[in-house]
Amino acid sequence: MDTSLIAALEGNIATVGYGLAAIGPGIGIGIIVGKTAEAMARQPELRGQLQTTMFIGIAFTEILTLLAIVTGFIF
Amino acid sequence: MQLVRLIILAVTLIVLAIIASRAKLVPGKAQSIVEILIEFVNNSIIQNTLGLREGKRFAPMLITMFFFIFAMNLGGVIPGLNLAGTSVIGMPLLLALWTFVTYVVFGVKKHGLGGYLKHETMPPGVPKPIYILLVPIEFLQVILIRWASLTIRLLANMVAGHIMMVVFIGMTQALLFSGSALIALAPFSGALAIGIYGFEIFVAALQAFIFTMLTAVYIQMATSDEH
Repeated sequence: MDTSLIAALEGNIATVGYGLAAIGPGIGIGIIVGKTAEAMARQPELRGQLQTTMFIGIAFTEILTLLAIVTGFIF
Repeated sequence: MQLVRLIILAVTLIVLAIIASRAKLVPGKAQSIVEILIEFVNNSIIQNTLGLREGKRFAPMLITMFFFIFAMNLGGVIPGLNLAGTSVIGMPLLLALWTFVTYVVFGVKKHGLGGYLKHETMPPGVPKPIYILLVPIEFLQVILIRWASLTIRLLANMVAGHIMMVVFIGMTQALLFSGSALIALAPFSGALAIGIYGFEIFVAALQAFIFTMLTAVYIQMATSDEH
C-alpha cells in the first residue's frame, strides 16, 4: 500500500462505528413507527395511548445509537 | 456554562411567577400557552401512565421536571446563549438520579424492600429456570441502566444537536468564504443549517417529553399493584 492511501485513511475510526451503530436502531424505529401508524389506522380512538407507547419504544431503541455517540467520545 | 443555566433558570422562574401571579379566570395569551403545556403534560403523560389517583400525587414533580428540562433544552437554540443547559453531564445526571431516588423510595414504601425487589425483578408468568438469567438482568436494569440511560439519552441528544448546528453553520461559512465556485453551494448549506435549527427546537420539546414520560413509566412500574 503506498503512503498516500494510508494518509487518506487517517481520521477517527469511531465515525465508521457510529455509522454501523445507526443501522439497527434505524430499522427498529422504522418498524415501531410503521406499526404504530398501522394500529392508529385500525383504531383511531386509541391514538393517544398508541403514541405514548410509540415514544417509549423509540426512546428505548434510540438509546443504542446515542450510546454509540458517547462511546465515540469516550474511547 | 453555569451562567447560561443561571440565566435560563432565572428567566423561566420569573416568567412563570409573573404569569402565575396574574392568573385570571379568562386566560390571556401567555397564560393560555402555559396552561396548554400543563394540560398536555397532565393528560398525555401523567393520566395515561399513572392514572388519576397516583397521577395527582406525582403531578407537581413531573410538571416541574418537564418545564425545567424544556427550558434548559431551549437554551441551545437561543442566539446569545448558544448552549443547552442539559448539554453538560451534571444536569441530566442530577435529574436522572432524582427519578431513580423517587421510584425506589416510593416502590419500597409501597411493597417493602424485599417485596419491591421481587416485584421489579421477578415478572410473573415466566418458567422457573429463566429466572436465573432474568433476575440479574432486571436487577441491573433497576439499579443502574434506567437512570444511566436517562442521563445519556438527554445528554447525547443535546450534545449531538449542538455539534450538528456547529457543523452546518461552519460549513456555510467555509463555503461562503472559499473563494471558488463552491460559493454557489453556500445557500443550500445555509438552508440546511436553518432546517437543523428548527429540528433542534423540536428535539428540545421531544426530549423533555420523553424524559418526563419515562420517569412516569418507571414510577408506575415501581408502585403498581401485583397482577
